[in-house]
Amino acid sequence: MIQHVGNHPFGKKHRPHEVVIETLLFLFALFSILITVGIAFILVRESFLFFADPDVDLLGFLTGKVWQPMIGLFGFLPLLNATLTTSLIAMLLGIPLGLFVAIYLAEYASDRVRGFLKPTLEVLAGIPTIVYGYFALTFMTPLLRSLFGESRVDIYNTASAGLVIGILVLPMIATMAEDAITSVPKDLRLAAYALGGTSIETTFKVVIPAALSGLSATFLLALSRAIGETMVVALAAGAGPNLTANPFKAAETITGYIVRISGGDVSYNSVDYNSIFALGLVLFVITFTLNLVSRKISGLFHQEYD
Amino acid sequence: MNTTNLAEALPRVYEQPQEQKTIIALKDVNIYYGSFQAVKQASLDIYEHQVTAFIGPSGCGKSTVLRSINRMNDMIRGSRIEGSVRFHDHDLYASDVDPVLIRRKIGMVFQKPNPFPKSIYENIAWGARINGFRGDYDELVETSLRSAALWDEVKDKLKQNALRLSGGQQQRLCIARTIAVQPQVILMDEPASALDPIATGRIEELILELKNSYTIIIVTHNMGQASRVSDHTAFFMVDEKRRGYLEEYAPTEQLFLNPAHKKTEEYISGKFG
Repeated sequence: MIQHVGNHPFGKKHRPHEVVIETLLFLFALFSILITVGIAFILVRESFLFFADPDVDLLGFLTGKVWQPMIGLFGFLPLLNATLTTSLIAMLLGIPLGLFVAIYLAEYASDRVRGFLKPTLEVLAGIPTIVYGYFALTFMTPLLRSLFGESRVDIYNTASAGLVIGILVLPMIATMAEDAITSVPKDLRLAAYALGGTSIETTFKVVIPAALSGLSATFLLALSRAIGETMVVALAAGAGPNLTANPFKAAETITGYIVRISGGDVSYNSVDYNSIFALGLVLFVITFTLNLVSRKISGLFHQEYD
Repeated sequence: MNTTNLAEALPRVYEQPQEQKTIIALKDVNIYYGSFQAVKQASLDIYEHQVTAFIGPSGCGKSTVLRSINRMNDMIRGSRIEGSVRFHDHDLYASDVDPVLIRRKIGMVFQKPNPFPKSIYENIAWGARINGFRGDYDELVETSLRSAALWDEVKDKLKQNALRLSGGQQQRLCIARTIAVQPQVILMDEPASALDPIATGRIEELILELKNSYTIIIVTHNMGQASRVSDHTAFFMVDEKRRGYLEEYAPTEQLFLNPAHKKTEEYISGKFG
């Protein structure tokens, strides 16, 4: 397929197959962008339908403290509150645990321990989230109820769901944080040791601060993952919006509500049905922003050492 | 008896006049990485307030010997040492010795400048902080930077991130950081090899000033540098099994102008290396 142009021995060659392959690859790349744009477009269009409804106004949506579609109250704060509660609890468990696992893996673990711990984390990451949901309902909730008393802890509660999401994001945090820690140049560790630093001082006063931007990016991505997590909260957090600060009470999250409505028998074109697109848009904006910020931060991190 | 045999019959370790005080003494040091022997039977004395240069071709074990002096080889998995390394007559490898405390007395400057990604001030203060220094930190930072001939260039930007300094400034900061811990000995592993000629010149001037207060051992590939800055030079060679050993150790002038061994002469005249 190679032909010379003109008679020049180094004349340009035509390689038609390269053009074909390049075009194909470009089309695939374009396809993924189109899907993203398409999803965003549908979310926005359907959300418009929701906000165009006479029962709904944007201010009421953003500030309302009651979500009761039956009586035309669409304040999304109860749903947002439940989402933030489960995510916060997940981060409170997942970040320290994931960080310590990462520090141990990156700085202390022998090859043998690593060879055992890494695959275990991968198994943890491979468990379907529905199983985590059952785990929350059949293990975590009974555990919390026996610890704090059945009268204080509802059967469905945000604490149980949040703790299990924390375990669910643990492998992700551990793996990404380990990458952030190992990408701190070895020179810095040697410098700290050569100044008479112990291994703890080296890890916590040099390596971790140097990895901080990579670690923050990791935590933001994990938060984004926790906010979007659905199965666990759908099973264990409760079905019914409830504006409460008590993590032992049942409260429906944004994702939990979306699952209930899209799986139930609400008719298309009803306000209830359209509301899930507005909520989907909210989720999309939150996670998209978190991912963007996370990318920005990890970009800064790479700049520092290049 | 021909001259080559005569040269080889000479003692490898230079006999030092009485007035110079030995601060570090290596005796029959063998260093292994796993099953590979990197250094074979190295014995030499380092003298206080002198600059000692380690020279030799790649793989001759000069950096390995250097790192055995502040136990940085401990950081390398599978490394092992035989023989004795004594500092002021204390065996540095005795079982009750804490390597962390040794490194506070025997500091080290690396090939590539490696300041912490913190401010200039914090870079200097770090070592003192973990040492529990209770004195005046501002003063410590100033004296350390002055000793490293960096104060005038950075005195107005102590809060600036150290990574924004030039390579030569970063290396002088690393020297200042080492000085701040108040060691007795400073080990330098090719401290100027990543720097341009002007920055290299400043590091060399600095080494000559620092020897009044510290004992310095410098590994270098640059024979000009060894001859300019050092009082004693140890020439390491590598044998047929790729083991490094000490070929010749003498006052620098003698080693460069009148080497006792043929290999030394060949190396310093650039026949290999």
